[in-house]
Amino acid sequence: MRLPDLLQYAERSLRGAPARSLLMLLAMSIGVASVILLTALGEGARRYVIGEFERLGTDLLIMLPGRNETTGGPPPLFGETPRDLTIDDALALLRHPSIERIAPVSIGNSPVSFGSREREVTIIGSTSDFFPIRHIAVAIGRALPQMPAERQLNLAVLGWRLKKELFGNQRALGTWVRIADRRFRVIGVLDPAGESLGLDLGDMAVIPVASAQALFDNPSLFRVLIQARSKEEIETARKAALETIRWRHDGEDDVTLITQDAMLSTFDRILRALTLAVAGIAGISLAVAGILIMNVMLVAVSQRISEIGLLKALGGSESQVMRLFLTEAVMLAGSGALLGLLLALVGMQLLNRLFTDFALIPPLWAAPAAVGVALATGLVFGVMPARRAARLDPVQALARH
Amino acid sequence: MIELEHVERDFWVGDETVHALADVSLQIPPGDYLSVMGPSGSGKSTLLNVLGLLDRPTRGSYRLEGIETTTLSEEQRAALRRQRIGFVFQAFHLIPRLTAAENIALPMVLAGIPPGKREQRVAEVLQSLNLSDRAGHRPDQLSGGQRQRVAIGRAIVMQPALLLADEPTGNLDQHSGQEVIALLEQLNADGITLVIVTHDARIGQRAHHRVHMLDGHIHSDEQDHAPA
Ligand SMILES: Nc1ncnc2c1ncn2[C@@H]1O[C@H](COP(=O)(O)OP(=O)(O)O)[C@@H](O)[C@H]1O
Ligand SMILES: [Mg+2]
Repeated sequence: MRLPDLLQYAERSLRGAPARSLLMLLAMSIGVASVILLTALGEGARRYVIGEFERLGTDLLIMLPGRNETTGGPPPLFGETPRDLTIDDALALLRHPSIERIAPVSIGNSPVSFGSREREVTIIGSTSDFFPIRHIAVAIGRALPQMPAERQLNLAVLGWRLKKELFGNQRALGTWVRIADRRFRVIGVLDPAGESLGLDLGDMAVIPVASAQALFDNPSLFRVLIQARSKEEIETARKAALETIRWRHDGEDDVTLITQDAMLSTFDRILRALTLAVAGIAGISLAVAGILIMNVMLVAVSQRISEIGLLKALGGSESQVMRLFLTEAVMLAGSGALLGLLLALVGMQLLNRLFTDFALIPPLWAAPAAVGVALATGLVFGVMPARRAARLDPVQALARH
Repeated sequence: MIELEHVERDFWVGDETVHALADVSLQIPPGDYLSVMGPSGSGKSTLLNVLGLLDRPTRGSYRLEGIETTTLSEEQRAALRRQRIGFVFQAFHLIPRLTAAENIALPMVLAGIPPGKREQRVAEVLQSLNLSDRAGHRPDQLSGGQRQRVAIGRAIVMQPALLLADEPTGNLDQHSGQEVIALLEQLNADGITLVIVTHDARIGQRAHHRVHMLDGHIHSDEQDHAPA
């Protein structure tokens, strides 16, 4: 039998039972569409997160005190506590040419009050370079001034929400707020536009790092943000930073350096795995559609027994009858898949209109994989009914009416 | 030439054996016009199904044009059915979603014959059946006689050597029945070997070669002098 004839015969049999065929088409297309839409969601989330990271700059290194055991190397023999990571340590890093700028960060929680209003927020102690390194801007006033990092100066830049809650629409610049038991002069308010992953620019206040250390009575820094001169020099900068600290800490490697890239690839891996998992779950609906196809094809076979007998009497062989019914199953699955692609496209348009800052893009493999699985499902679940048809005894099949 | 030797066909129903064909030996020369008569259940259809390679004898030998068919594979038997044998059934067995022309073309479709050649041959057949104006009609738009003529067209479209008809007039009124018999006899006159199963004695008597069956046996095998 020629292929066009085979396809035409199958198509006309499917048209012969429109309700049944449409039902299967629907089941298959929903399966395919859900695979594509869900993976598009996963992929969209991944791109969003990666984009956020990249906005922070891929030339960024983050130093934290203490050795991170997961980075390898044997844990220290003695339960030594790591040396403090001090402002002087941070400043020493600047001596290396591959390091463009640094921002020591000290962090804590503290109530901030103005008059009778009080809010508990995150206090970040840092330097003026903190702002460009983290791409943060001020909406009103100015950022921390250039000044020696060791100097305590009671100046504060308020988060935008904190400002709103303490001052309402009143002017905040130049007024004094109380942070814990000290008074700070407000010199600026953060711009919410710079808000990004993991950094809430609303409920926070930025003060000079030395003031924060005094406030929290903690001489060790929480982090040192290090910006390399370029993305290419990030490895040089990392080695230089480690060496500097080792030298300053009597030969101990007691800090951990994280590159933005490492975090990025970790998130990337996690989100890719999530997308795959979601695709797998959606794939179950494809399997369900496959079982439906099997059922419907079995019904079709039992309703067309005398036709099968006739085909055999006219010289159709077992393999031909088998091929006919398999073609029907695969054709159903295939058209269902195509319909599913269409559905997914429409669904994506809709969702993209709903979530404007979060683009839904299915990963490249999603559509071919979904269609491939749909076709394979049609084939696999079509085999049993087709075989049943092929094995019918023609005499008995023709006797049926 | 068709030669059956000691052909038996048993069916097992529960733990009883039904001898549908018992020691049937029969020769059918090419171009023969054979009628198979006998009461219901005497094994007429079983004999026809064996002749048509739809059924396999339990024992015995069946040679078709010199080929021993009992040892052939399913694929080879299908090929022989496709090329050498045409069937006409009491119930027509037309495919309702296909037109008359498409029903007639079906064996050629199964045989993989290209559309151009197919259309030409189908037009020829329709012409010879006086059905050209019904080519695009579906079976439910045709009368019983027309349906059976379409079925006959389907049986002969591959130009087989052997035409097997199981009660071809069973579902037809007398007039249509006569037309169908006349058509079959015309095809036989043109050279095809014709086997008609019937329990209508008037139809059966028209054949030159008449077999009466009883309980799976050949009760009588009469032959007029073959016309030269
Ligand atoms: N598939 C079958 N299973 C069991 N018995 C059958 C089968 N086919 C035919 N028979 C039996 O074989 C005998 C002959 O049947 P059949 O050839 O159809 O007779 P006829 O066509 O002369 O009426 C009957 O007794 C029938 O019951
Ligand atoms: Mg019968």
